[in-house]
Amino acid sequence: MNAQAPASQDPRLNRPEPFTPPLGDGGFFQRDRSIHPPAYAPGYKSSVLRSPRQSLLSLEGSASEITGPVFGHNDLGPLDNDLIRNYAKDGDPVGERIIVHGRVLDENGRGVPNTLVEFWQANAGGRYRHKKDTYLAPIDPNFGGCGRALTDDTGYYYFRTVKPGPYPWRNFVNSWRPAHIHFSVFGSGFAQRLITQMYFEGDPLIPICPILTTIPDKDALDRLVAPLDLNASTPFDSLAYRFDIVLRGQRCTYFENRPEGN
Amino acid sequence: MPQPLNYLKETASQTAGPYVHIGLIPAMAGFDIFEKNFSNVLVRPNTQGERITLEGKVLDGTGSPLRDVLLEIWQANAAGRYNHPADRSAGALDADFRGWGRAGSDFETGLVTFETIKPGAITDRAGRKCAPHVNVWIVARGINIGLNTRLYFSDEEAANATDPVLNLVEPPVRRKTLIATRGERAGNVVYSFTINLQGSDETVFFDV
Repeated sequence: MNAQAPASQDPRLNRPEPFTPPLGDGGFFQRDRSIHPPAYAPGYKSSVLRSPRQSLLSLEGSASEITGPVFGHNDLGPLDNDLIRNYAKDGDPVGERIIVHGRVLDENGRGVPNTLVEFWQANAGGRYRHKKDTYLAPIDPNFGGCGRALTDDTGYYYFRTVKPGPYPWRNFVNSWRPAHIHFSVFGSGFAQRLITQMYFEGDPLIPICPILTTIPDKDALDRLVAPLDLNASTPFDSLAYRFDIVLRGQRCTYFENRPEGN
Repeated sequence: MPQPLNYLKETASQTAGPYVHIGLIPAMAGFDIFEKNFSNVLVRPNTQGERITLEGKVLDGTGSPLRDVLLEIWQANAAGRYNHPADRSAGALDADFRGWGRAGSDFETGLVTFETIKPGAITDRAGRKCAPHVNVWIVARGINIGLNTRLYFSDEEAANATDPVLNLVEPPVRRKTLIATRGERAGNVVYSFTINLQGSDETVFFDV
């Protein structure tokens, strides 16, 4: 059997550089704005005066967008992911004890490791511990309503809390927010920065919420609804809800090609 | 049917709402909960670079300041290097500068301030010099998806004139919406900015 001619002698392969796998340039996938609420969504009245009217200027990702702040365990305290204990003064907060857990993924389906996830919510009666909230439901002396976690190497996060209550707000005269938890997520680059809200399976306020229904895509809306996850619950202690969060995909994972490692 | 691609879809954005402070700046909501808090002060005693204050407001379509807005900034250090492994440019890292901070607007005046350093010029991945700038992300009640913009510096006229991003802005008259104005107060350097969400001077926002 004849040996193949060396590539350098084969005119078909006479290229100065070998063609490498399409790992990409580190930029993020173009954001699909059709799954996000538009800036101007008049059913959510607050958006009317706060929505830009000019077109956004599209930028291909530069160093300013593909980089972002890096956080570590030194930024957090030991009770930060336990909303049942992190503000308890003389007992546990009132409400249904729940575990919320899931993974932060990117659009490639890869876990986003070591990224900061922050969350905040009303108490079981639908009242926020905030000096601007005047709803008549009482403050819970043992509940602050915020926490944060770093995802692990696989993108997994979890925290413990009480299920928030629905509450009225001034949009229409009788507008009520479905029970929800706010989430803030960073990712690895500032262009992945995201704030969203998690809702609870089966809440009848979901389809009539003026904020939720700013989302034009039914599937995108459904992905904000966390299912009951009985398998992850703790018998005789807490129910669990599962909420995976997807950030924009990246045209390569930078770290795979770094000989010096992370 | 072709093979399915099976990419996941990004999670939809939702407004940060009026009570964003609870989660991100609890002291502004009126309580103390975390041992360690993030803030609008990006500098430490040993951070390198010129100390500056960034100060401004975000205005709605009536010209009124948002008093419940939250801004985050992300910037390079004085050597023009981002504190992140994906920035492989030549400038030295500064162990005393993360380059990120967040601030809520004052509940009465709407004023937002950051204590930081002036970033150096950045070399982008095509090798082009980019004028010094700070990346800004804005969320609030009524803002359905975070707004991205930048702040450039009024005393960097030559660098601004050749900046590849500023030069994308058309018509050119809109470029001034991205420029913070240098001034001094009590011996400190203060850069002032106004972010207009609407109107004839609407700030340029980016789809990054």
